Amino acid sequence: MTTDVNEIIEQRCVITGIGQSAVGRRLGVDPVELSLDSVLLAIEDAGLTTKDIDGVSTYPGPMENPPGFSGAGAYDIIEALRLNVGWYDSGLETSGQLGSVIKACLAVGAGLANHVVCFRSVWEGSAQGTGGRASVTAGGSGASGRVGGFLQWTLPYRAPSAAIWIALYARAHMEKYGTTEAQLAQIAINARRNAALNPKAIYTDPMTLDDYFNARMISSPFRLFDCDAPCDGSTAVIVSRADRAKDMRKPGIQVEAVGSAMHDRPSWDQLYDLTAMCNRDASKQMWSRTDLTPSDVQVAELYDGFSFLTMSWMEALGLCPVGECGPFIEDGTAIARDGVIPVNTHGGQLSSGRLHGYGFIHEACVQLWGEGGARQVPGTPQVAIAAAGGGNTCGTFLLSNYR
Amino acid sequence: MADSPGFRLLPRVTSTNEFFWTGGLHNELRFLRCQDDHYIIHPPQPICPICHGKNLAPETLSGRGTVVSYTVNHQAWMPSPELPYVVALVEIEEQEGVRLMTNIQGIPPEDVRIGLEVEVAFEHHTDAEGDVWIPIFQPRSGKGA
Repeated sequence: MTTDVNEIIEQRCVITGIGQSAVGRRLGVDPVELSLDSVLLAIEDAGLTTKDIDGVSTYPGPMENPPGFSGAGAYDIIEALRLNVGWYDSGLETSGQLGSVIKACLAVGAGLANHVVCFRSVWEGSAQGTGGRASVTAGGSGASGRVGGFLQWTLPYRAPSAAIWIALYARAHMEKYGTTEAQLAQIAINARRNAALNPKAIYTDPMTLDDYFNARMISSPFRLFDCDAPCDGSTAVIVSRADRAKDMRKPGIQVEAVGSAMHDRPSWDQLYDLTAMCNRDASKQMWSRTDLTPSDVQVAELYDGFSFLTMSWMEALGLCPVGECGPFIEDGTAIARDGVIPVNTHGGQLSSGRLHGYGFIHEACVQLWGEGGARQVPGTPQVAIAAAGGGNTCGTFLLSNYR
Repeated sequence: MADSPGFRLLPRVTSTNEFFWTGGLHNELRFLRCQDDHYIIHPPQPICPICHGKNLAPETLSGRGTVVSYTVNHQAWMPSPELPYVVALVEIEEQEGVRLMTNIQGIPPEDVRIGLEVEVAFEHHTDAEGDVWIPIFQPRSGKGA
């Protein structure tokens, strides 16, 4: 490889394999085992062996809290498979969960590794038992239970959950643009419709608008089905150096461009515009690195830890005009599998489980390879987006079958 | 001062945040401010993000602000004295974009709106680590729904 400072270095990368463990509400399986299941399935899917894998990347790396948030670190995988790595990394401070895949692309583009396995594992379903919900941040510490760091600005106000923090963005968007609860509902209803065709989904019963509104309120405007479903599971993807991936089991999926930018404060409550998030910055950066445009995108897998985040990503990515996502999705047809832009074809985290970011890039690959079975978008898409995160932690991928 | 405060997780008071969490003793809402360019810095940090100077000091501000967003929370995430309750972002009067996540009291949750003008009140809490005063907000006198 030669070095060109103007090169879009992620374009040296292709995705060559994907894998996913069993997914369920409470599997009761060692989360490292779940992680290894997904990693080995991805390696097999690519037609590689563990001897070929010379890089590991994961989000967020080892964490004790919140319980179930992290199922394994990079060392767990390197140790269990006795990998010899040219590069490895994990970390929480990055551009969303897919920031770990962006970093893998940079490492491969830089020549530090040829085949990086990236994974994300959660066991929040088991960890939370039958009680809590996802996304509850850690409580206090020490004898008195006092809280420090950034949580001192939220926990004393009984605001421990991202449900509350992101509800504030949703409410601001409703105020400025007239977005309605019935429009928000379409993200959840669309996810449920698609989940019915996904054998691994958590919730598959049909959901009507009445069902949506009859579910209990969590933090207005978010009702129960605006919040993703905690689960156990692990997802892995293999990022390979394109010129070392010519004769793989499947044609590599081209990484067209990534977006990692954050042009605002690393905060949940001090962003200058409460109707937008850093997904706007990441999306703008991604589009600046490709000749493709939003109208080329044929399927979009967009983070839905909370329903509003998908709407926010749609506007940030230019899949609809800013402020107009509500009317765009209102009758549910535009984002359906046969719609203008199919969204969250696997059921998203709302109905398929909170696999935390990686479910979206997994499904984008499923659709580009035409492996979606009953939920396959007609005509096999050639261009897909996988985007994850929200607020101050956002990352996005443009993927294609081109080249 | 608000009465019957109920359960709250309390902030750990340190030398960098003491002015904020104890200002309520004197009924004062205090923010760190650059004494050179007057920029209000929140959350507190060691230097001014505008001029990078270290000439910073806590100042007592008006305690007035405006609700810029809110949610009515119905979920019992932790022991809570009452459900539902309002979590809001209040932007302070003195500088655009400086916000506190807080609770709005003294008004029915269903009457809270973006644009509601509010003023600070303090809840006194004490435990083994000492006293803190949690700033919460309520409609300004005569500005209730």
